[in-house]
Amino acid sequence: MDLTVNDRQYRVDVDADTPLLWVLRDTLDLTGTKFGCGIAQCGACSVLVGGELQRSCVLPISAVAGREITTIEGLSDDNSNPVQQAWIAEDVPQCGYCQSGQIMAAVALLKKTPRPTDAQIDASMTNICRCGTYSRIRKAVHRAAS
Amino acid sequence: MLIRNISRRRFLRNSATAATGLTLGFSLPGCGPEGNQTSAVAEVLTSDVSAWLSISTEGLITIRVPSSEMGQGVLTALPMIIADELDADWAKVRSEIAPFSAAFNNPYTGGRGTGGSSAVRLWWPSIAKAGAAAREMLVQAAAAQWGVPVAELTTAKAVVTHAASGRQASYGALAEAAGKLVPPQDPQLKTRDQYTIIGTSAKRLDTPSKVNGSAVFGIDVKVPDMVYATTRASPTFVGRLTDMDEETALAVRGVLAVIRLPITERGVADVQQIVALADSVAVVADSYWQAKKGMDALNPQFDDGGVGDVSSASMLRDIKQALSEEGIPVRDDGDTDQALADAAQVVAAEYTVPFLAHLTMEPMNCTAHYQVDSVNGDRVELWAPTQGESHGAMVIGEVFGIPAHKVTIHTTLMGGGLGRRYEADFLVQSARLSKAVGKPVKMIWSREEDVQHDYYRPASASRFTVGLDDTGLPVAWKNAIVCPSVAQRNFSAAYANGVDPFSVEGAVNIPYAIPNQWVSLRQHDTHVPVGSWRSVGSSHNGFYVESMLDEVAHASSRDPFALRRRLLQNKPRFLTVLDLLEEKSHWLEPAPAGRYRGMAIHESFASIVGEVAEVSVDDAGAITLHRMTCVVDCGRVVNPAIVESQMESAMLDGLTAALRGGVTIKAGRVEQSNFDTYRMMRMAEVPQMDIHIVQNDEPPGGVGEPGVPPSMPALANAIFAATGRRIRSLPIEAAMQTA
Repeated sequence: MDLTVNDRQYRVDVDADTPLLWVLRDTLDLTGTKFGCGIAQCGACSVLVGGELQRSCVLPISAVAGREITTIEGLSDDNSNPVQQAWIAEDVPQCGYCQSGQIMAAVALLKKTPRPTDAQIDASMTNICRCGTYSRIRKAVHRAAS
Repeated sequence: MLIRNISRRRFLRNSATAATGLTLGFSLPGCGPEGNQTSAVAEVLTSDVSAWLSISTEGLITIRVPSSEMGQGVLTALPMIIADELDADWAKVRSEIAPFSAAFNNPYTGGRGTGGSSAVRLWWPSIAKAGAAAREMLVQAAAAQWGVPVAELTTAKAVVTHAASGRQASYGALAEAAGKLVPPQDPQLKTRDQYTIIGTSAKRLDTPSKVNGSAVFGIDVKVPDMVYATTRASPTFVGRLTDMDEETALAVRGVLAVIRLPITERGVADVQQIVALADSVAVVADSYWQAKKGMDALNPQFDDGGVGDVSSASMLRDIKQALSEEGIPVRDDGDTDQALADAAQVVAAEYTVPFLAHLTMEPMNCTAHYQVDSVNGDRVELWAPTQGESHGAMVIGEVFGIPAHKVTIHTTLMGGGLGRRYEADFLVQSARLSKAVGKPVKMIWSREEDVQHDYYRPASASRFTVGLDDTGLPVAWKNAIVCPSVAQRNFSAAYANGVDPFSVEGAVNIPYAIPNQWVSLRQHDTHVPVGSWRSVGSSHNGFYVESMLDEVAHASSRDPFALRRRLLQNKPRFLTVLDLLEEKSHWLEPAPAGRYRGMAIHESFASIVGEVAEVSVDDAGAITLHRMTCVVDCGRVVNPAIVESQMESAMLDGLTAALRGGVTIKAGRVEQSNFDTYRMMRMAEVPQMDIHIVQNDEPPGGVGEPGVPPSMPALANAIFAATGRRIRSLPIEAAMQTA
C-alpha cells in the first residue's frame, strides 16, 4: 500500500484493516501520534488526512491509501508552526501525552475558523486531557489565532 | 513518610573528566539499595552515572533529575533549585531523567520512586548544595586565573565578574579549570532574597519536545530486534484461564507466540502478595495491531474464581455492614461518648465513595529485554514509564531470582502516573514475556485492559456522629472508617498494628478545634485490588470530613466559612488560606443569580488548599460548573506557574471523579472498559479557575496532589446549597438520579 505522510512517500505491507495509527507508530516510526483508547474517544491519535482532522486509531490503512496525511512531526522542523509556538508560549503540556492530538485538533480548527470563539473551541476541541490542561489549551488556541 | 536529617553525612565529590568541562556528582553513603556504603561509592567512582550536573565548555548546563516526570513539572522544578544556587542562565539549562543508580537514590527514602507529592520536599536540601558547590568551584577557578581573592568575585547569569578590574568570564570558559578542583563540602547557600530563578514562572524545560512528537514516552521505546505483545488477564482478577483458541491465534499474520502467564509459577507466586497479579495470557507478534488481532482470535476464557456473585450492590451492603462492626481506634481525644451523651444536638451521617480507576492517558506498557547468561547470571533491562524503580527492581529480582544490580531500569517519560505507575505488574509481565520469547518485548495493554486491571482507589465508607453544644459548635466528633488497605500490600513499611495510615489520612488529623474526637478504622478487603490514586486517603477522607463539616454548619445555622473560621482560630496558616479564599471567591457576597457556592479546605502532603465551587443545577438535576476558586499554601514556591497548573489539574481530576468517576462491579468484574463508559471532563465543561498562592517562607509542601481532596466536597457542598440535596455517595451524577 502506498502512503503519503508529511510529504514523504512510503510503501507499507500491512493488513488492510490495520489502523493508520499503528502504521504510523510501528511501521513508519512516527511515534508522535499516540494511542489512548482505540475507539476514537480520546483524540490522542488525531492526524490530518487530506487536511481533515481524523482519529487514526479507527481509520483502516486501506481507507487512506493515496491521501495526504499530516502528523505532528509534519507541522514544522523547528517548532515554528504558529500552533506549536502558542503551545510553547503558554507552556501548555504537563505529561504531554495527549498534546500531539490536541495540537493537530487546533491546527484543523484554525484552518477552518481562523478566529474561533470560546464556543467554537468548545465544540471542536473535544480531545481528552487527563492532566486538565484545557484552560491553557484554550489560551494557546486564541494566541495562535491572533 | 518519615523524614530524617542526613545532611551531616552528605559529601560532594568531583567525578569529572575535566576535558568536557565541570561535571559534578555527589553521593549519599548508606542510602544505596543494600544500605552498603562501599558499594554505593564504588559504583559512583567507576562510572559517570553520578553526574548530577555538567557544564560544558560551551556553557550548556545539563541537570539530571532523579524523579519521574508524569506532568507535574519535576524536570523543571528541581533544575530551577540547582540553577539558582549555581547562578546559571536559565536559557542555557537542560534537564534529563537521571539513570536508576544508587547515586540518585533519595537520602530520605533510600531508594528511587516518585509519589506523595514529595520531589521538591525530598530533594531541595541536597540539590541546592550541589548547585552552590559548583558555583563556588567556578568562582575559585576564576580567582586562581586572575590572582584575586574569591571574596571580590560575584556571579550572575553564568558569568563570574571581578568588579574592581572589570574582568568577566563565562561559566563555559571556566568549566574546564573548575572541573579540576575539589568540591567544597559545605558551600554557602543563598538566602530567599537572593533567589533569581526560584519563585519565578520559568518556562518548563520539557515543553519543546512535547509539541512536536519527539518526547519519548514508554510506549514510544524501540530497541533492536524488538517484538510486540498484548495481554489479557482474568476479568474477575481471581479467576483462572479455562480455555483459549491457540491455533486460530497462531494463524493470524505476524503472530509469533501465545504465552501463558500463570500466577502459580515459582517466583511469581512469591511476589503475589505485593503485586496482586491476575492469571493472564499474552500474544506476541511483529506489531501491536497483529498482537491485538491475535488476542481477539485467541478469545481466552476464564472462570470467575468464586466471585461471580459479587456486585457493587453486594459490596456496598458489606461495607455498610462493616461500619457497625468494631474498628481499631486511631484517635481518641477527651471522652467522645460522654460528650455525645451531653450534647445539645447530635448530627449523624454515613458516606461512601466508589473504586476509582486511573486511566492515565498512556495505557500501561513496558519494554523488557531478559538476557539469559549461564556464566555471569541472567540480567533484565527494562524501559519503563514507572514511578517506582526501586520497588520494581526489587519485585523483578524476586520473580527471576536475580540480584537487584542485574535489573536495569531506564525511566521514560510517562503519559500520566497518578499513582498507577508505582505498581510493578506491567514490569513483571513484560520481563516474563521477554524471557519466554528470548527477545526484547514491548508489551502494550489495550485501554480496556487498563481500565479493568487497575489498582483502584479504595471504595470506602465513613460514618460520623457529631455532638454540638448549645451554641451550635461541635464538641464531639466520632468517625468510623471502613476501607480496604493499600499499604499492607505494597507499602508494608507504613502498615503497623493493623492500621493502614493511608486509610485514615485526612480524617485522623482534622485541623478543627474539637475537644473530643474518636476516629476508628476497620480494614475491609475485597477481591478488587486497590492502590494509590492521586491524593490517596485524602481523596476520600477529604470528601467525608469537609462534607460533614458542611452538614454541621447547616445543622447549627452557621455559615460554613464562619464555622471553619471559628474552629481554626489556632491554625494561622489555615486561617490565612481561609480568609483569602473568602475574599477571592466573594463568599460573603451573594452569588450571581442561579449560582450557588460550596467550600472546603484540606491539608495533605504538607500543603493546605482551600477551594470554593460555584455551580448551578437545572430542574433536571444537570450540573454546570461555573467557577473554581483555589487558594494554596504550599510553603516556599519554586515555580508559581507550575503550582497553578497542578492546582488546575488536581481540581479537574477531583471534579471529574466526584461528578462521574468510578468503576462498578458486576459478576465479580469491572463493568467499565474505556472512555465511552468511564467518562472524562472535556473542554466544554471546564469551569473558570482562579488560583491564588499564599506567599510565605514555610518549608516547601507538595503540589501534585493537594488540590484534589477539597474539590470533591466543595462541589458536593455547592450542590447542597443549590438544591438542599446532601450528596453522601459519589459519584454525584449517579446520586442525583436516585430518589
